[in-house]
Amino acid sequence: MHITHYIPLFPFVAFLINIFWGRRLGIGSAYVALAACGAAFIFSVKTMLGLQAGDGSYNLGTWLVINGRALDFGILVDPLTVMMLLIVTFIGLFILIYSIGYMHGEDRFSRYFAYISLFMASMLGLVISDNFVMLLICWEGVGLCSYLLISFWHEKAAAARAGLKAFVTTRIGDTGFLIGILLLFFTTGTFHFTDLPGLNGPEWLLTLSAILIFTGAMGKSAQFPLHVWLPDAMEGPTAVSALIHAATMVAAGVYLVARCFPLFAAHPMALQTVAVIGAISALGAASIALVNNDIKRILAYSTISQLGLMMLGLGVGGLSAGTFHLMTHAFFKALLFLCAGSVIHAVHTQDIWKMGGLMKKMKVTGMAFVIGTLALAGVPPFAGFWSKDEILVTAWNNHHPVLFAVALLTSLLTAFYMGRLIFVVLFGEKRSDTHAHESPATMTVPLIVLSLFAAGAGFIGSPLKEAGEHAGPALFIMGLSTLVSFAGLGTAYLIYIRRLELLPASVLTSLNGFRTLLINKYYCDEIYNVVFVKPCLRLCQGSFEFDAKVVDGVVNGVGSFVQQCACMLRKVQSGFVHNYLILQALGLLMIIVWLIKI
Amino acid sequence: MIPLGFYVAISAFLFCLGIFGAMTRRNVIGVLISIELILNAANINLVAFNKYLGDKTGLGEIFSLFVIAIAAAASVVGLVLIIAIYRNSKSLFTEDFHLMKE
Repeated sequence: MHITHYIPLFPFVAFLINIFWGRRLGIGSAYVALAACGAAFIFSVKTMLGLQAGDGSYNLGTWLVINGRALDFGILVDPLTVMMLLIVTFIGLFILIYSIGYMHGEDRFSRYFAYISLFMASMLGLVISDNFVMLLICWEGVGLCSYLLISFWHEKAAAARAGLKAFVTTRIGDTGFLIGILLLFFTTGTFHFTDLPGLNGPEWLLTLSAILIFTGAMGKSAQFPLHVWLPDAMEGPTAVSALIHAATMVAAGVYLVARCFPLFAAHPMALQTVAVIGAISALGAASIALVNNDIKRILAYSTISQLGLMMLGLGVGGLSAGTFHLMTHAFFKALLFLCAGSVIHAVHTQDIWKMGGLMKKMKVTGMAFVIGTLALAGVPPFAGFWSKDEILVTAWNNHHPVLFAVALLTSLLTAFYMGRLIFVVLFGEKRSDTHAHESPATMTVPLIVLSLFAAGAGFIGSPLKEAGEHAGPALFIMGLSTLVSFAGLGTAYLIYIRRLELLPASVLTSLNGFRTLLINKYYCDEIYNVVFVKPCLRLCQGSFEFDAKVVDGVVNGVGSFVQQCACMLRKVQSGFVHNYLILQALGLLMIIVWLIKI
Repeated sequence: MIPLGFYVAISAFLFCLGIFGAMTRRNVIGVLISIELILNAANINLVAFNKYLGDKTGLGEIFSLFVIAIAAAASVVGLVLIIAIYRNSKSLFTEDFHLMKE
């Protein structure tokens, strides 16, 4: 049964309905989106069952023929695709339910659901594409929706700027991605993922194209040095942050690397790049999250860090480990964002130091938040523990001690900043006069369901795992990672609840410089501003002036030259008959002189 | 027999007189008369050269007759125009006729 290609069509139809008749539908537009997502989920489940029954990829027909090689409308069905389909539709379903409560009373309510539907259509199209061209089209589609939804409240200047920043930053990666795809095509003559294992071609060209393809993943998955857009993307509605900027779209980069894994695996340089970039992002973002005070931005940096961890997992050769972490992360990070949204909905601020003691007032949200935190911190037996453990084991087994250490340190920092977050927000004393109350059922039910998955998704195990992979010092690493999680959470507890001074004052002051560096996010925005944005603006200004003065100057100069000549020549046309006669006579004289000379 | 040079000289003199008159006369009718002088200078040339070149068919003489006829017609048109202009501007001086300029 070939039904997979219908999956993206449902949300797309919902998008068309909502964009054209959304205003008339009112709250009904949410149900349209919900129904489409539900149908997509059912078809995804059917696809999964079909895959287990032996169905696989299929072609819908030939799209283009380039140099005698066909580019097909291919639908790729394999465990990775099915996993992504289920994540997107399942989490999407609950985030849509949540959005009904969260976006209630919004002016552009139906527009929101139209964009979300378009996003789901693009994302689902992305994961079922079997070639780079279709993937790139959907890839740009999700980028567009990300832009539209980040700047959904475009009346706010910050939101409009954040959308633009996200779009431009990811576009830099996408440009590399496009060059990489074309380079791969001109080297090997194929766009299809199924041809990736065992490609023939010059080593350095294939490595280069793999790294360029990875640039696209870097932009989309907010990896260093293109990570700067994700924290600003938190200007969008929180449900969007949960779906797009935590669970699905940002994971598209990881998905891309996983999808092209044979290409990366064949070229150690490319794989090394993935791992190193992942490690830098994981550690750097985790350290920034330590000192941030905005509940959503902490989670955003955490997302960058966790995506970095996935990249690291893939980079050390752990295809199953990276994708497994992608899956578990999708659940618990979506959950955490939805919790954050629920908290923001209740207290109307994003500053964690204005919250506090919310556990008593918001029991469901609080419990869900704690579960999400435990999952992210990697406390057994929650989901994050299992997937993070796999990454650590893979890094250890494949002899990458430095990357292993980085991953472990990231885990420690993760546990600490998540501990800080919940201890400040949920426990501790009340810090401001807000009358927090529990959110409506449309918001709490998704929290409960996602909590179950955040707690239990780890037991499913990686869908891509091969038998007998789990060997070696697994128990030792499990113990170590558990220890690290508890150490991080415990330190946070001691500092933020018991208010103990763990470090002497002199050490703290000496760390002040580092703290300032972290608060300013390693000055990434400032450096980019000076190195890229300012010169670019200057170039624009220069081009503008060149255009205004030189190009327009030439055009205007020609015009005014003709005008001035005309002014002088006009005097000849005096209107006096005598002058004409004189000129006539002079002309005659000249002709005569000329004739005589000859 | 009067040599050709005399005819050509008188014709050139008449021509220059006509040009001078046309350029200096303020009165439109004077200009018209001057133009007739120019045409007649041409006629003298035509007849003189016809005789000088010994053309038996008398083409030059016939041509000068045509010129006279056409000059008469042209003068009529010119006079008509002068009357029309006079009715508009109540003037016969050329410097008053500059409607084309503005």
